[in-house]
Amino acid sequence: MSPWSWISKTAGLAGVVLALGVSVALAATQLTGAGSTFDYPFFSRAFYEYSQQHSGVTVNYQSIGSGGGIQQFIAKTIDFGASDVPMNTEELKLAGALVLQVPITLGGEAIGYNLPGVGKGLRMTRQLIADIYLGKVRKWNAPEVSKLNPKLKLPDMDITVVHRSDGSGTTYIFTDFLSRVSAQWKEKVGTGKSVQWPAGLGGKGNEGVAGQVRQTPGAIGYIELAYVLENQITYALVENQAGKYLYPSIETVAAAAASKPDVSSTDFSIVDAAGENSYPISGYSWVMIYERPADPARAKLVRDTMEWLVTKGQALAKSVDYVPLPENVQWQALKIISAIKV
Amino acid sequence: MKDSMAKADSGSASGEVGPAGAAGGGEAVAAAAPGDLAKAAELGARVKLPVAARGKIFEWAVYGATGACIAIIAGLFIELLANSWLSISTFGLSFLWTSEWNPVTNQFGALPFIYGTIVSSAIAILLASITGVMAGAFLAEFSPPRLAEPLSFVIELLAAVPSVVYGLWGLFVLGPVMRDYIEPFLQRYFGFLPIFAGTIYGVGMLTAGVILAIMIVPTVTAISRDVMRAVPNSQREAIWALGANRWQGFRMVVLPIARPGIFAACILALGRALGETIATTMVIGNRPAIAASLFAPGYTISSVIANEFTEATSQVYLSALLELGLLLFIISVIVNGLARLLLWTIFRPMES
Repeated sequence: MSPWSWISKTAGLAGVVLALGVSVALAATQLTGAGSTFDYPFFSRAFYEYSQQHSGVTVNYQSIGSGGGIQQFIAKTIDFGASDVPMNTEELKLAGALVLQVPITLGGEAIGYNLPGVGKGLRMTRQLIADIYLGKVRKWNAPEVSKLNPKLKLPDMDITVVHRSDGSGTTYIFTDFLSRVSAQWKEKVGTGKSVQWPAGLGGKGNEGVAGQVRQTPGAIGYIELAYVLENQITYALVENQAGKYLYPSIETVAAAAASKPDVSSTDFSIVDAAGENSYPISGYSWVMIYERPADPARAKLVRDTMEWLVTKGQALAKSVDYVPLPENVQWQALKIISAIKV
Repeated sequence: MKDSMAKADSGSASGEVGPAGAAGGGEAVAAAAPGDLAKAAELGARVKLPVAARGKIFEWAVYGATGACIAIIAGLFIELLANSWLSISTFGLSFLWTSEWNPVTNQFGALPFIYGTIVSSAIAILLASITGVMAGAFLAEFSPPRLAEPLSFVIELLAAVPSVVYGLWGLFVLGPVMRDYIEPFLQRYFGFLPIFAGTIYGVGMLTAGVILAIMIVPTVTAISRDVMRAVPNSQREAIWALGANRWQGFRMVVLPIARPGIFAACILALGRALGETIATTMVIGNRPAIAASLFAPGYTISSVIANEFTEATSQVYLSALLELGLLLFIISVIVNGLARLLLWTIFRPMES
């Protein structure tokens, strides 16, 4: 072997070792997460800000859907998963290790409608929404609707019920709400990300439902609050448990969350929450992390990032029309995150 | 120059490509170097082995590519079967004819989806075959040549539009037009037929069929145009010589000869309609129910998979969705098989 080739080989080997070292260093500053599409606008805003403030840390979030997020999380290919509904016992068993589930952001749902000549200010009780979605109230001028809205001139028009066709956390929160306020709904349909709808049309995504509602005179549909705030959609005042009629807003959804500070992955529903100012169709989205992250080098990074996300990061939620966690829930979230073993 | 030519010649002359190539090679050598045949032959001899090897490599590559296609199909089928096994063993054959689709109670049946897939595609192929064949006939037989090219280009452009664009257009433009004009018109004059009765939503089976038809019309048009153009001119001239006019010539000569090709075009288009996902999802209404009315919302196999797969978490649920995928696969195979059968039994005897 000539000295030159020896030198070049050694140099090459050193280069490889160096490159490996660098890539390990890189890996320690990069987190990957996957899951809920609902979280995506908030996460991309928040994690961008985080990497600005913490030089070199990047968080790569893939919005592949909650189901995919849970699967990837169970397969341990990502540092954290995100889901609109916490993992259930069966899924936790598959994970095979202790999983921490952290409430990360809040969502609320508006009841959008399209009634030519009526405009804003339609009032609806919880029971009425359930009866419409059950297909029991079929006309806009039915007594159930008109007695709540004596001042509005309700047309003699069929109600076209619109729901999400794709599996979604939005549907989960909405059906959770309906199951809470209507025994008949609970028994006949139940709660889920996809359910067997007794009535209506399915639209794909918020844009599908909103598009359908805007297109169809007489239509009604539930739409994510962030989407409603950024688009021109007329939505109803919904009666809460205290008997007040409220519009969904960042404040009224946050009030619903604040009414239940001890939220956990097994007791997380905040639909039909108590309190004067609580909007009844609200719910959390979740992040899942292992108590002992597979890569100990990244455990601290995961903990730091999540701590930031549930506290300082929450301030960014409003800028993308998301509802920040109320302070008492931020404390609860911090308590859960502090269990990560670093 | 001469050298490279000789090399090329020897490639074809080596016998791997058959008599046509060999003859062509001989001619080229003669033309290039009439007085230098011996040298060319010598050059040829020198490079013979690598060229033969290249031929072998090509041969294996061809086998490999074909084998890969078959392996992918087989792998797809096996994977689908394996992953839907839980659903198959849970629901058995009743999966095929029950209509319950309830992710909350984990009860699954595929009938409304099978129905929706077949009906929406049937509407599409009915509309698209009539329109497409007529447009193809115009382009091939009746339009002035100067017009045919730009028109063909525009029609083929329809095929290049992404399906999500069709879907959005369907939701925001076609849906309201169907709701306000076309469906009320059909109901008014043909409302006695159950398929045109019932509530009008704008979205539904008929709208989905129309969107699909628009999407597959370019396929039918382009292929039937090419097939009609391929009919030898001597055939046309023969019938014209007998006194037929353009239209008669088309009906008696071009159409019968082109018919198997047109049929194949429709089958190809039908394949696309069966599998189309996003555009259908946007306009079909996504309700797993079987209704007599074409105005009612429906659901297709590919739509429900696209809608529910990402958020499905329970094992049986996922498995049921994959079994739907398997069914779509089987439906496509059956449709293609039937088409081939039809081609053999109907068109073969006619040709002979």
